[in-house]
Amino acid sequence: MSRRRGRAVAAGLLLISVGGCGGHSPSLLDGHGPEARRVSGVWWLMFVLAAVVYVVVAGFIFVGIRRGRRPAPEDGASEKKAPKDDTFIWLGGIVAPVIILAVLAVVTINTVEAVRKPQNGELRIAVVGKRWWWDVTYPDSGVRTANEIHIPVGRPIDIELTSDNVIHSFWVPQLAGKVDTIPGQSNHLRLTATEAGTYRGECAEYCGIEHAHMSLLVIAEPPVDFDRWLARRDGGAGLTPTSDQAANGQLVFTREACAGCHTVRGTQASATIGPDLSDFGSRQWIGSLTVANTPSNLARWITDPESIKPGTLMPPTALSAAEIAAVTAYLEGLK
Amino acid sequence: MAITEDLPPPPPATEPELLELWEDAPGIPGFFSTVDHKRIGMRYIYTCFFFFFFAGAMALFMRGQLARPNAHVLGPQLYNELFTMHGVTMIFLFNTPVLAGFGNYLIPLQIGTRDMAFPRLNAFSYWVFLLGGIFMYSSFLVGKMPDGGWFGYTPLVSKTFSPGLNIDFWGLGIVFTGLSTTVGSINFIVTIFKLRAPGMTLNRMPMYVWSMLVFSFMAIFSVPAVTLATGLNELDRLFGTSFFVPALGGSVLLYQHLFWFWGHPEVYILFVPATGMISQIIPTFSRRPLSGYLWVAGALVTVGFISFGVWVHHMFATGLPPVAMAFFSGVSLIITIPSGIQFFAWIATMWKGKVELTTPMLFAIGFLLIFLLGGITGVMVAVLPFDWQVTDSYFVVAHFHYVLNGAVVFPIFGAIYYWMPKMTGRMLSEKLGKLSFWVMFVGFNITFFPMHILGFLGMPRRIYTYDNGLGWGGLNAMVSIGSAIFGLGTAITLWNWIRSRRHGAPAGDDPWQADSLEWSTTSPPPHYNFASIPLVASRHPLWDQRPLPFATSGDEADTTGLGAEGAVQRETPVTSGIDTRPEGNLEIPHETYLPFVVALGLAFLFVGLLVKAAVVAVAGVGLAVVAVLWWTWRTEEDLAPPDHQAEAPVSVDAG
Amino acid sequence: MTATAAVVTPGATRPSTRRSYPTAWWGMAVLIMTEAMVFVILLAAYFFLRAASKEWPLGGIEVPKLALAIPFSFVLWGSSLPIFWAEAGIRKGRVRRLKIGVALSFVMGASFLAYTLYDFNDLHFGWRDNAYGSTFYTIVGLHALHVFIGLGMNLVVQLKAWLGRYDRGRYASAEVFFLYWHFVDVVWLAVFPALFLSPHIR
Ligand code: HEA
Ligand code: HEA
Ligand code: CUA
Ligand SMILES: [Cu+2]
Repeated sequence: MSRRRGRAVAAGLLLISVGGCGGHSPSLLDGHGPEARRVSGVWWLMFVLAAVVYVVVAGFIFVGIRRGRRPAPEDGASEKKAPKDDTFIWLGGIVAPVIILAVLAVVTINTVEAVRKPQNGELRIAVVGKRWWWDVTYPDSGVRTANEIHIPVGRPIDIELTSDNVIHSFWVPQLAGKVDTIPGQSNHLRLTATEAGTYRGECAEYCGIEHAHMSLLVIAEPPVDFDRWLARRDGGAGLTPTSDQAANGQLVFTREACAGCHTVRGTQASATIGPDLSDFGSRQWIGSLTVANTPSNLARWITDPESIKPGTLMPPTALSAAEIAAVTAYLEGLK
Repeated sequence: MAITEDLPPPPPATEPELLELWEDAPGIPGFFSTVDHKRIGMRYIYTCFFFFFFAGAMALFMRGQLARPNAHVLGPQLYNELFTMHGVTMIFLFNTPVLAGFGNYLIPLQIGTRDMAFPRLNAFSYWVFLLGGIFMYSSFLVGKMPDGGWFGYTPLVSKTFSPGLNIDFWGLGIVFTGLSTTVGSINFIVTIFKLRAPGMTLNRMPMYVWSMLVFSFMAIFSVPAVTLATGLNELDRLFGTSFFVPALGGSVLLYQHLFWFWGHPEVYILFVPATGMISQIIPTFSRRPLSGYLWVAGALVTVGFISFGVWVHHMFATGLPPVAMAFFSGVSLIITIPSGIQFFAWIATMWKGKVELTTPMLFAIGFLLIFLLGGITGVMVAVLPFDWQVTDSYFVVAHFHYVLNGAVVFPIFGAIYYWMPKMTGRMLSEKLGKLSFWVMFVGFNITFFPMHILGFLGMPRRIYTYDNGLGWGGLNAMVSIGSAIFGLGTAITLWNWIRSRRHGAPAGDDPWQADSLEWSTTSPPPHYNFASIPLVASRHPLWDQRPLPFATSGDEADTTGLGAEGAVQRETPVTSGIDTRPEGNLEIPHETYLPFVVALGLAFLFVGLLVKAAVVAVAGVGLAVVAVLWWTWRTEEDLAPPDHQAEAPVSVDAG
Repeated sequence: MTATAAVVTPGATRPSTRRSYPTAWWGMAVLIMTEAMVFVILLAAYFFLRAASKEWPLGGIEVPKLALAIPFSFVLWGSSLPIFWAEAGIRKGRVRRLKIGVALSFVMGASFLAYTLYDFNDLHFGWRDNAYGSTFYTIVGLHALHVFIGLGMNLVVQLKAWLGRYDRGRYASAEVFFLYWHFVDVVWLAVFPALFLSPHIR
């Protein structure tokens, strides 16, 4: 395990140094769960094989060229010394590849079995790909949120993936490979986070104009923290406005267009066109990880979402400055 | 019947007459009515390169946008349109047709005949391709470029989610240009089977001819799938059917199956002729025959077959049953073996030959080094669990540029340096050529190698921008710089070509001392290619048969086309498919506008569908039907009598 | 590379002794391969959709009626026979047999086409209703379009025969048409069981 991690870190360093600039990449070689780690193991095996194949075959090419460039030998002499044409083809083109491919076939079957097997005690999460955000429900408790998925560390997760619009693909490289959300079909992705942390994911299937801004976070926390998180949402805590301004914001929110698309539990706002905002204040990002969740970004998002995420389906809302401030305070207070 | 072993081409005295007989009308009329495979082939190549530079320029704009995080060079809509048109152009309007263009030019020369089996159909397929390209590009004029990606998955490309004309330009355009590929392939197959010079049995065909034969068969069996994928989607869009509407019993995965049932063979449709070119270039500059001729021919055919059984590897993330996917994973691994065979056949050829590093050879070696990596990453993505991680990431973008751009475009550039002297009669500059190669080779790797790493770092494909903190900026900047270098390299070749039209050294008939028949005629070849048809007794006629024997016309009706008389009659011999014995003569039709008119009629049909103007569509069909009737009216006059025994003196029934 | 000159086999240019088809016939043969692929893929799509749905036909549409479909299918398949006869005739130079055979085949093909149109008119579902309707109309309609084109070719051949364009050894376009017509019949041999018979099996 630690050797693997060591290799991953080494590779990560190599990649980042090649990359030139820092930053935290959600690298698939930096696995934080058995699914991703198994695949990076497959990668390192293939990497070694590939390096050997490349070096050997390229070596043949260069030697071939060099041999072929020496001055013309006695007639036929070189033909005799060199291996027969068929020998080249049999060994290089058939025998060696068959051996390598057989290894890969075995690895494929083993890994597939290990990675996609249902396990006991899975936590079920239903994720629906939307344009261009993620609708997240915990079917067992009915809790609903968007774009930021909390999971308990160490517990296997079964994510059910569906779509009621176009095709998207759910990809959190540090945890597992992709599975598409396909209309008329329900897919399952299994993953486990073995370490607490925040893992970034992307929509990987091209889904229209804002495919680039359809990211998500998976936040893995210790089971107690997760249970607390879930219970808080289940119980409806944090839904009452904490200040007069926020209370005013709630009024504006339910009166104006906002409520036509969004839900805040315990209010009249119960539409499901846009993301559920019941715990909006606790989220790190706005617009599926487009900008950080700050009051000023939120104000800009509400008045002119296109300026942040061109092509978003959220329409601009014409509110007075005071109303904006109120709604912002209200939403940021929903924790 | 006489075989005159040492007969030189006919005395030059008849040449002016012959030339006049075969000459196209000058100017505009000749332009629209020619049926000469060489003019058509050149046209294909020029048109395709126009599209190539256009699509390359689009890539440069895309790279400008992606060079830095959160850049504002292009907006999301424009970016999506550009990457779609970049992919669509490269696949449908550059790679596929440029290979057909080379085939058009070279096949009749390499098999020793005077034109394609259906010269007018040949003109037709070019016009369809051109009008199809113009059709798709007219989307730029109305500012509604296709934006669904080159494989445009439904429901994204359904009316509900893409109401604009954008997708119709793409969907109808693919159906339209697919017609060109189909017709062209039919023409290649019949030409290769029925017009080979006497003595050129199947096992003596140049490897390039083999590759075009495989290309053609793969095309005729796979193109229907993409026609149906996009065609049925257009029915859904235009007429409200529900093939791909899940709520009404349709299936969105059906679309993906249909598309990739063509899409995967398509990548080998591109790859196979490229390897055919390599199999001509490497032996020529190794000064020895291709090693393992039968192995390589067998590998081409095998690839053709297996490639119909791997399409699901493009759908590994769609949640199909793992057992089914593992099967396709396995077949995808197996398909590397024929490539390995070819690879080692090329290595053996160089190993045992005497390598000369000319520009075409450099491109061939560059191809080997690049394809090796692209093939290896192909094997990696064929491994199911690994593909779950890297599919739809930049790793896949890296894989397919290593193969499409490296393993197909490099051979095409090599082919330009190798065959342009034959086509224009002038050499390209070796100095500029080598410079171009090195700039392209270096630029290529700077552009596409880092994409593998970007894929690992979690960068999905088809995103128009990315955030600052993700650590993707540096590599993306490198990619963008590399793409400019690569583009510069291609521009050097463009300049080299322009320069050579005036200043290039005269090429002579056979500048490379190559082995195949195209080098036995002048550069550029006369309209009739060969005054007398060469007689073939070897896989390498120009190496083994010196001087090359030419046929004379016999007394029997079926053999009159062989000699110079055939050229005078505008005929070319038809031979039996296996043992290449003369069977009759094919009259080469004169210039005609009909192919253009039929293509134009079809263009009206597609425009009518696009703008939903039934009158235009119906008028187009009417025009095409009339022209087709006119065209086919003279079949008997144009073709050899089917039952030639009626006139032949001896009649032996094969029974 | 050795300098030994390869020698052309004597008789390499002696005419082939086998009966051969004109290049246009080969072109049609290859066109048929790609056309056949169109139908193969459409039928595969039909069964793909069927496998994915609980009921078939979808949405309570009744299974295709066979009372007329079966006899008219035999009429269509039977229309290949006069073509064989005509072909044997023209091979011997008998243009009259060609004319009669082709005309007979026309009548049979046209009655099949008339049946198809009648049947379309009679159906209680449209091609927009659901995926079953879309595939049904598209596949049967595409086949009918092929019949229609074949009938057009039939008329051209008939006309050429009347104009005296054909004689022994000069009938390439007729031969091309014959091949095409057989293909249209063979396609129905696949489409009919798939679309008309198979829904009766559950
Ligand atoms: C010319 C085009 C071309 C060629 C030749 C190939 C060659 C191969 N490709 Fe690739 N492929 C594409 C074009 C091509 N591909 C394109 C365009 C896409 C993406 C489309 C899109 O999504 O937009 C794609 C995507 C693609 C995928 C889907 C990835 C994804 O979307 O997730 C897969 C998966 O299996 C794959 C596999 C392969 C394999 C196994 C080969 C093999 O044929 C490679 C075999 C060759 C070698 C291996 C090298 C030579 C062999 C040896 C020297 C012998 C020794 C070697 C070994 C034992 C390893 N390709
Ligand atoms: C043959 C195929 C081919 C070729 C040659 C190329 C060539 C290049 N491709 Fe592309 N590419 C595809 C096929 C190809 N591509 C396909 C199929 C896709 C998928 C599309 C999709 O997802 O739907 C794709 C996608 C694709 C992407 C991913 C986009 C995304 O997912 O967001 C990128 C990103 O960098 C890219 C870059 C490039 C670059 C830099 C080149 C360079 O090689 C280009 C080099 C530049 C030139 C050749 C231009 C030179 C121009 C001049 C010198 C100016 C002169 C101009 C005129 C005369 C008009 N390509
Ligand atoms: Cu959703 Cu891409
Ligand atoms: Cu593929």
